[in-house]
Amino acid sequence: MTDLLFYIFAGFTILSAFCVVINQNAVNSAMFMILTFVGVASLSITMQAYFMAILQVLVYGGAIMVLFLFIIMLLGVEGGDKLKPNMLTVLASVSFLAIALVGTVIAFSLFDSPSLGNKISTSISSEADFLVFSSQTSQLGYGLFTKYMLPVQVAGFLLLVAMIGVIYLSKKEVVKTKTLDESIKGSVAGSEVS
Amino acid sequence: MILEVLLHVLAAVLMITVVMTMAGYSVLAERKVSSWIQGRVGPNRTALPILSSIPIVGPLIVGLGLFQPLADGLKFLFKEEVMPGHVNKFYYVLAPIITLIPAMTTMVVLPFGQMIDPESGQRIPLILANIDIGILFIFAVGSLGVYGVVIGGWASNNKYSFLGSVRSSAQMISYELAMGISVIPVLLLANPPGMEGGLSLVNVITSQDSLWNFVLMPISALLFLICLFAETNRTPFDMAESETDLVGGFHTEYGSFKFGLFFVSEYTHIIVGSGVFVALFFGGSNFLPWLPNPWPSGIIGGVFSVLWFIAKVVCMIFLFIWVRWTLPRFRYDQVMNLGWKILLPISIANLVFYIIAFAVYEKLIN
Repeated sequence: MTDLLFYIFAGFTILSAFCVVINQNAVNSAMFMILTFVGVASLSITMQAYFMAILQVLVYGGAIMVLFLFIIMLLGVEGGDKLKPNMLTVLASVSFLAIALVGTVIAFSLFDSPSLGNKISTSISSEADFLVFSSQTSQLGYGLFTKYMLPVQVAGFLLLVAMIGVIYLSKKEVVKTKTLDESIKGSVAGSEVS
Repeated sequence: MILEVLLHVLAAVLMITVVMTMAGYSVLAERKVSSWIQGRVGPNRTALPILSSIPIVGPLIVGLGLFQPLADGLKFLFKEEVMPGHVNKFYYVLAPIITLIPAMTTMVVLPFGQMIDPESGQRIPLILANIDIGILFIFAVGSLGVYGVVIGGWASNNKYSFLGSVRSSAQMISYELAMGISVIPVLLLANPPGMEGGLSLVNVITSQDSLWNFVLMPISALLFLICLFAETNRTPFDMAESETDLVGGFHTEYGSFKFGLFFVSEYTHIIVGSGVFVALFFGGSNFLPWLPNPWPSGIIGGVFSVLWFIAKVVCMIFLFIWVRWTLPRFRYDQVMNLGWKILLPISIANLVFYIIAFAVYEKLIN
């Protein structure tokens, strides 16, 4: 049952991801991207990562893609400049992707010997024996606030840096318009005085 | 296995039926209450041939307009299906469906009652799916409802529709933040340290056995209620329609059954949102604060608790209608200011206050 669901959702995800790329209408692409996110979320559910699945839908499906759609619809991209991709670029990227994919699969199937698998599992379990595998959200939260505290803080710090960068970049324009406003006001005030 | 699945499907169909009927009758309640507030009579003529000729009951139910939802629904069904020539056909048809499905899906994790098993004496929550991430599921699926508004407004290819959809989706996205943060104290209370907790609403209701969260955290309740009004696009936040300046907002170009779907999904949203609010802050299917539940064990007690829950939800729906016909609409910039500059800081301060309060309480107890 789980296998069947995995194949259904995986096929659905790959198909909609493919449609994101090949669609010429930007709105269609965005809609297929939402479907892709939902598909990835359902794949997470088959792996019992419920929290990740919900976050995928909540953050990417519910918030970020709405902004994407907004930008596309406000700029009116659909029907406008339909990109005609270069044939050579397409061929090169497709062949590279295919080689990379097949290469990865072959590499993993060659090196995935049972002895290696045992090694990996023992090396991890010795460090993480207080983190039991569980689909519960509280376990995830416990892990994030104890063992993975540093990565969480670093990720949060990176986001903060990105936010400050955006504020700094967009602030320049605001300052410019303000000075323009002030100069207009100043000129008006000056004319009133004169 | 198959029997279990069939029972689940039956329960789901039953719940959809109840919620859809309630949606239909909240439309009637909206019309009746609005006419009551404005000193009018409201719908009191619609009659079915045989039922309305019963001596005393007949004129009463006709006067209450109980047949009106049936007539409304049939009107939506039998109207001519107009497809404007300038719309994007696929997305135009898709939008009402996208709006309805999330509104109907969120009720899956809503606990609508409780039953005491007569043999083991354990309490069984009545819920379609008791998943660990209940409240997050509601937020996630509810946030997908924005797409119906966005796509509907865009596909209509009409400036008014598009403005309405841009406004209301911006509003829905900004109020989601304050809404999510205002709920966290409730979940903190429901998951004390050392308990195998979760984000399910069942835990929240169990934590309200003696004291309702509304008494303990009134600010959270108020914040959640305001955000709920914004999320359901009701007055004073009905940026989606704002019929005085945008004709009809994002559904200006919609008619007949497609408009009916938008209409029904709005009321479904209100009902499910009221249910979530009741479960979070008003004790769900618990009887009264400080009083033990009087429900007898077994199915009868379960039925009583469900009816009690529905009664609470009906009170909430009345509040929604009451507010709509009392308060005027906010301006768009006022909505944005309220959301980002007032509600969001208050909700964060509220969260920090309760975190500190719970920590101090834990220290004092130990």
